[in-house]
Amino acid sequence: MPDWKEEITRRLASLKLAPAREAEIVEEVAQHLEDRHQELVAGGATEDEASRVAVEELSDENLLARGLRPVEQEVALEPGVLGGGRRGNILADLGQDLRYGFRMLRKNPGFTAVAVLTLALGIGANTAVFSVVNGVLLRPLPYPEPARLMMVYEKSAEFGQMSVSYPNFLDWRRENHSFTDMGAFLGDDFNFTGSGQPEHLRGGFISASLLPVLGVNPLMGRNFLPQEDQQGAGGVVVLTYGLWKRRFGADSNILGKALTLNAKDYTVIGILPSDFRFRYQADLYVPLDQWNSRLHDRETYPGLLVVGRLKPGVALAAAQAEMAAIGRQLAQEYPKANAGHGVTVVQMKDDMVGYIRPTLLLLLGAAGFVLIIACANVANLLLARSTARSREFAIRAALGADRRRVVRQLLTESVLLALGASVFGLLLADWGTHLVLAAVPDTLPRSQEIRLDPRVLLFTLAVSVLTGILFGLAPAFHSSNVNPQECLKEGARGSGGGRHRAEGVFVVVEVGLAVILLAGAGLMMQSIWRLWRVDPGFNPHNVLTTQVALSPTVMASPAAIRIAYQHLLQRVETIPGVRSDAITDLVPLSDDNSEIPFWLGRGPQPPQDQMTSAMFYIVSSDYPRVMGIPLLKGRFFTDHDTLASTPVVVIDDVMAKHVFPGQDAVGKQINLMVVGPVQIVGVVGHVKHWGLEADDTAKVRDEIYFPFLQVPDKLMSQSQAVAGLTLVLRTAPDPLSVVSAVRAQVAGPTEDQPIYGVRTMEQIIAGSLAQRRFTMLLLIIFASTALVLAAVGIYGVMSYAVSRRTHELGVRMALGASRGEILTLVVREGMALAAIGTLGGLTVAFGLTRLMASLLYGVRPADPATFAAVSLLLVGIALLACYLPAWRATKVDPMVALRYE
Amino acid sequence: MDTKASDLEWKKGSAELLILSLLEVRPRHGYDVSKLIEQRSRGTLRFHAASLYPLLYRLEKRGWVQGRWVEKSGQRRRRYYRLTPQGRKVLASQRRGWQVFVEAINRITEVEHA
Repeated sequence: MPDWKEEITRRLASLKLAPAREAEIVEEVAQHLEDRHQELVAGGATEDEASRVAVEELSDENLLARGLRPVEQEVALEPGVLGGGRRGNILADLGQDLRYGFRMLRKNPGFTAVAVLTLALGIGANTAVFSVVNGVLLRPLPYPEPARLMMVYEKSAEFGQMSVSYPNFLDWRRENHSFTDMGAFLGDDFNFTGSGQPEHLRGGFISASLLPVLGVNPLMGRNFLPQEDQQGAGGVVVLTYGLWKRRFGADSNILGKALTLNAKDYTVIGILPSDFRFRYQADLYVPLDQWNSRLHDRETYPGLLVVGRLKPGVALAAAQAEMAAIGRQLAQEYPKANAGHGVTVVQMKDDMVGYIRPTLLLLLGAAGFVLIIACANVANLLLARSTARSREFAIRAALGADRRRVVRQLLTESVLLALGASVFGLLLADWGTHLVLAAVPDTLPRSQEIRLDPRVLLFTLAVSVLTGILFGLAPAFHSSNVNPQECLKEGARGSGGGRHRAEGVFVVVEVGLAVILLAGAGLMMQSIWRLWRVDPGFNPHNVLTTQVALSPTVMASPAAIRIAYQHLLQRVETIPGVRSDAITDLVPLSDDNSEIPFWLGRGPQPPQDQMTSAMFYIVSSDYPRVMGIPLLKGRFFTDHDTLASTPVVVIDDVMAKHVFPGQDAVGKQINLMVVGPVQIVGVVGHVKHWGLEADDTAKVRDEIYFPFLQVPDKLMSQSQAVAGLTLVLRTAPDPLSVVSAVRAQVAGPTEDQPIYGVRTMEQIIAGSLAQRRFTMLLLIIFASTALVLAAVGIYGVMSYAVSRRTHELGVRMALGASRGEILTLVVREGMALAAIGTLGGLTVAFGLTRLMASLLYGVRPADPATFAAVSLLLVGIALLACYLPAWRATKVDPMVALRYE
Repeated sequence: MDTKASDLEWKKGSAELLILSLLEVRPRHGYDVSKLIEQRSRGTLRFHAASLYPLLYRLEKRGWVQGRWVEKSGQRRRRYYRLTPQGRKVLASQRRGWQVFVEAINRITEVEHA
């Protein structure tokens, strides 16, 4: 009698059962064989025959091991994996899942690379936009308790928010009980001369209270004292960290040193910390009260901005109510200056970034769409792979892995993929953000605060994990749903139906989202294109603008300033290529503005709220020729319009129609505040000062041109005329080619007159469209990414469909279908998906593009032409993506296809 | 070889029903089950150890039967299988299904012979 147990043990060896279980089976089956053996012997068989028969029945095609494998393997595996119990080993499972996941991803480098790259695009786009949203909208302003900081503006019937007159600021500060204190700021430019190269510096006049209100302490030295913030006090200056480092080599002995700014001596008393930021990148600050004696005139509005810090516990609404009351009281007290003026309080952060919020949220949404498309593509890849891997899952299921375990394993793999992609996404985001910000500089407020901080990293991590789960879920459930018996059959194809439906849905979603993004990008492109074609009212081609700073030596008297500018213009005119030149205090579309109130008739000056304001340009006589502004009636200024002759002005046709409807404005007289009565000698075309779009709806559109040579002494000493007018010149060649010659000519005999802020007029117009261009650029990037991903998605699905239908197509061709019919068949299937997606996308886009109505110009959110073009583009791309697999399908050899099985 | 293969297919579909039926009345060990199948089918159906035990273990895993080692005096211990309540339900439903199937086959084959 053979050793049954040995026979059985040998047959079970391949199963690698747990020893206890194996012993059990061996014992039971050995018992059976022995019974059988005895029975055979009892029936008359010899010992040897009986043994042979019994063993044969056992070895029957090695049925025992084959039969036991699916039943026993789970019993065998479970104790090894689960150890003490189900709950205790989640970590061990996770470790196993991770190791297995890594192995699977490494085993398929092609798949892994494509999936990681696709996801990196989506995650990168989201990280980039979120880092902008974070830096601009979410991060608190870089001051202590920033939520208590408010901007306090005056307001009038014409302007919801306007700058503040200094005496009003002083009264507000004294009378309010809502704010711990208020500070004021007046941006200005400084001509820095003395040690080394003369330089033009940016900075501001600030009240001694401003830095304490902001909560900023100097890095070195101290803030201004109240007694230094007064007319006649000695000059003191606080430098920013940037200037201190750049110009003074971070000299630790800088405090107490003297600087010459605008020909006046200042002593350095403090250095601001490196992270100090306020309004714009500045170089230095000096006390406000020393600006100009006119500062104390209640009717003077040099552009003062006021910041207040609310007392703890005081609500914005309460402060608003109190300030409004103070405003009413001041209007009663000083009707001439303040009639019709109120006060408005806004959160400082809202004031800085509120206007850009809708744009950024729109872009965040667009980036989200790109991520969803990327997810759909990777989910399709995973689905295709899961069909290839279905045998693997069937074996695991047969071996006893439960469904949840398989799903978890697959989700671990997809989250691993997403995390891998997030590393590339972060790099892409960092690089892309810099690139885009460089492409459209100065578009975003607080752009220097955009960086990858912990919050951005956390966002990326969260997005990646979510992404991994999102795109992994459908394939995971699909894979875990296999029927082991079906799948393990030779030649089985897995459960194709569900998969096919799922990928159809993915393609439809991808196409739909791509349509929405394309529609958004298309509308933005149309808006920009229409804006570019708007006539600004002047000819911006070949015009150079540059600000000039006069030599400190001529600043002493208004007469010297007038002569200095005349000489400067004469010198610049001699430069070859310069056709004409002029000076102006105001450049259209440059964000600067200057208004002057005026009244008609011979009476005295009425109160402020009974006067109309007009844009006020102080220009030299060749200004219209340089700018290409058409003269419609009368004449422009000549060099004979001086202080010795009758004061004259030229107005634009908008003002002519508005103030003198149906009459000839030329020869009429108006009265300008501060200046007095002036005679209109000409009418020129309207210039879209406020922007190509904004000008049409601007409150103040009337334009008055005033001859530079007639500027009275008291106005001449105001900051802008003193510190620097803008030189504009029309050139024959490329305007930027004459810059160095202009620099040399402006420098003058004393070589202490720098030029700065050199821009062509075309650059200024482009700058005025910067925010729209920024939005358009990002939408185009997102939309093209979406288009490519959607095309890849359709292509992938159709290729797979064709390969799956090789047999069917072969049969059709064998039965006489022509290649054309096969082509149509396949293309039709793909185009049906594309069509559903396009229609769905258009429907959603119809609703969503309304959200971007404020960003559009000259085109409706549901512009039929744009929508039609987008659909055509998408259908074209989809056709291409379908055609390739379809063409391959026609190459199917019926014989080969039929033998395939 | 051919009869063996068709036997295999035939048994696959009905084996579960056969085993469950045999365990309905009382617990039995594997060899007992195989003998009973062979006897009651008058030798038409035979289960060898190699196919019987995987089947038994599968049924046990599904919770339809439960195996227990039982030691009787003077004998080596044997593993006895008995029907669980769940197994009883499965048996009832499989039995119904089988009857429907057999009746259907009968009807068809009767027509064939008529």
